[in-house]
Amino acid sequence: MAEGVKPRVKVPRKAGAGEAVTIKTLISHPMESGQRKDSDGNVIPRSIINRFTCEFNGESVIDVTMEPAISTNPYFEFEATVPEAGEFKFTWYDDDGSVYEESKAIEIG
Amino acid sequence: GNWARLAAQQSLTQDQLLQFDTFGNVSLIHVTDIHAQLKPIYFREPEVNIGVGPNKGEVPHVTGADFRRLYGIDDGSPSHYALTYNDFSSLAKTYGRVGGMDRVATVINAIRADRPDALLLDGGDTWHGSMTCYKTAGQDMVNVMNALKPDAMTFHWEFTLGSERVQEIVEGLPFAALGQNIFDAEWDEPAELFKPYKFFERGGVKIAVIGQAFPYMPIANPGWMFPEYSFGIRDEHMQEMVDEVRAQGAELVVCLSHNGFDVDKKMAGIVKGIDVILTGHTHDALPEPVLVGDTILIASGSNGKFVSRVDLDVRDGRMMGFRHKLIPIFSDVIAPDAEITKLIDEQRAPFKAELEEVIGQTDDLLYRRGNFNGSWDDLICDALMTEREADIAMSPGVRWGPSLIPGDPITREDIWNVTSMSYGEAYRTEMTGEFIKVVLEDVADNIFNPDPYYQQGGDMVRIGGMGYRIDITKPQGERISDMTLLKTGEPIDPAKNYVVAGWASVNEGTEGPQIWDVVENHIRKMGTVTVAPNTSVEVVGV
Amino acid sequence: GGAAALVAMLPKGAFAATTEEWIAEFTGGAEMADSGIDLTAPEIAENGNTVPIEVSAEGASEILVLATGNPTPGVAKFAFGPLAASQYASTRIRLAGTQDVVAIAKLGDGSFAKATKTVKVTIGGCGG
Ligand SMILES: [Mn+2]
Ligand SMILES: [Mn+2]
Repeated sequence: MAEGVKPRVKVPRKAGAGEAVTIKTLISHPMESGQRKDSDGNVIPRSIINRFTCEFNGESVIDVTMEPAISTNPYFEFEATVPEAGEFKFTWYDDDGSVYEESKAIEIG
Repeated sequence: GNWARLAAQQSLTQDQLLQFDTFGNVSLIHVTDIHAQLKPIYFREPEVNIGVGPNKGEVPHVTGADFRRLYGIDDGSPSHYALTYNDFSSLAKTYGRVGGMDRVATVINAIRADRPDALLLDGGDTWHGSMTCYKTAGQDMVNVMNALKPDAMTFHWEFTLGSERVQEIVEGLPFAALGQNIFDAEWDEPAELFKPYKFFERGGVKIAVIGQAFPYMPIANPGWMFPEYSFGIRDEHMQEMVDEVRAQGAELVVCLSHNGFDVDKKMAGIVKGIDVILTGHTHDALPEPVLVGDTILIASGSNGKFVSRVDLDVRDGRMMGFRHKLIPIFSDVIAPDAEITKLIDEQRAPFKAELEEVIGQTDDLLYRRGNFNGSWDDLICDALMTEREADIAMSPGVRWGPSLIPGDPITREDIWNVTSMSYGEAYRTEMTGEFIKVVLEDVADNIFNPDPYYQQGGDMVRIGGMGYRIDITKPQGERISDMTLLKTGEPIDPAKNYVVAGWASVNEGTEGPQIWDVVENHIRKMGTVTVAPNTSVEVVGV
Repeated sequence: GGAAALVAMLPKGAFAATTEEWIAEFTGGAEMADSGIDLTAPEIAENGNTVPIEVSAEGASEILVLATGNPTPGVAKFAFGPLAASQYASTRIRLAGTQDVVAIAKLGDGSFAKATKTVKVTIGGCGG
């Protein structure tokens, strides 16, 4: 399992009902591509986050399939519609089976 | 010396240099790319400055006699000496040194006497390029520039002091630190330390100055020294900023830019609503503005050699007209400002003995500017090959660094003036012939790509010990041919390893002695320096 | 059998080795329009290991991004849900060298659109 994996997200605290908000996410992860070799010439096995999803109150905003060409500490920015007060749920899926989650509540106002 | 001073004063006066019929209601004063040159120097303009694509044959890619013809400059005149390269050594004896921040101060004060609320804008590359700047981590320049009371500044080499030091200085600056294209790398948001623009109310006019830092900082310089920041041209964001300041009532929009001339020219055609772009980075000095649509571009040279004054008539929220003068700072003609002279001397005092030690003497003109090797670069390459026992030397194609004329002593300060930087380690490594070609192709495309947005505004990497042919019209990968190892006359073998010495690597952890020490050791051994003309680069497609 | 189970566990990139194969799998061989999608990327990458890109295609259900010059061209596939306020996304990608980055959108009417941007990855150095 990749060590020290830490998700961070930026979501506004408030939005108008039906308003679009910009969301930014970062997660610390080496995203080992499986194409690098160690000092002994052995291929370092691939170990990446292969999927990222964002849902709001259980409904999908975005679902990203990720390949090894995504940089270390994957970053995503996208726009979500906020129909009502509720919670954004962010999920990152690691090759090693680990799942990292983060959530952010948003108010209407 | 005194003779030069007399000669210069016979043909020129301070009043002539400063003569200007004050115009309109706003004055801008532009200095840029001073590269920490506090004292008067010699600075030879380029002989070779090739324009490509839409800029072929266009200013600033016009040099020598063509340049004089274009601007109606008489042969042998002060403008000939200031703006072109021919007869440099003999004209240098007639007209003397140029620059010196105490002379620049006199010019600024004179303009402020005409127009007390003139805006003074510094285009950057200020806190870099000398021994005192290196040893004080830019403090000498900060102290002197603060005394000139600029209104705003943008940045390039400043970042090679490292982001921590930059933050420390910027937080204490008594003027605006601008860069609409300086972003926080982590979240891709405008960096908090630098504001995109600042408003000024001058002559009853609401003026917005928008900063544009050097776009290719982490590519041309070591990104590991300022990992927090991301740059880029960001012309869409520039347009947003222009629209934003116009919406807030800006009647005059000035862009203080470190893009480089051709990049600014392209940007001026894309971003609508900028009245004046004060250009920097490519070190061009132009006696007249260049117009792109309704935007005027001002190019103010480098190394403290020129100050631009731009007077503008702004009425009813529009720029109705302008008057411009590129003022050459003839140091023997313009009286130094005593207060600034004293301040400069104070900055230099702790290092005086070190600075002034004579290391050797030169029998030839030592200069750098030009797309390919200058004689300073050839000397540095020779030093690298000799002192580091290498087959081939590589020296970066930077555009800063004053000239020395035949007969001049070479002091330690002179050596630092052409080498000083925070990553000056002279490495020694092996490269295959194939990799050397990749390096040359890569750098050549950064200069000769026909799209200015792909250019970084430097010159070709200087090569010692190897000749080559370059066709600038070809695409990347096909420009370089006929690479020859000079000491054997044999073609470079793509598969063979060659020992290469160089400096200014952008890679973290580069090891080796500092380049100024390497060059000093070499010059000390030579005693008197001579540099044979370099005929090892054949340029075609011009 | 055992081999099939093993293959099923491999990432998708292992099947589609080339850019053409990736595109064929995504579009089913359909024509691609050259408008309807925007791809933003820098002319010159500040760092080939982390190149910012933006894709945007109004009404798209999915956008596929490929780096045609990488050892394996796959980069990412963005699937937009009902609560996506726009069919826009930005991320940072690795580019092994100067190359074309390609983005293909599957639009609302089932048609496809493609955009290409050349990104230069340079060794760097020098300057004015
Ligand atoms: Mn400069
Ligand atoms: Mn510069």
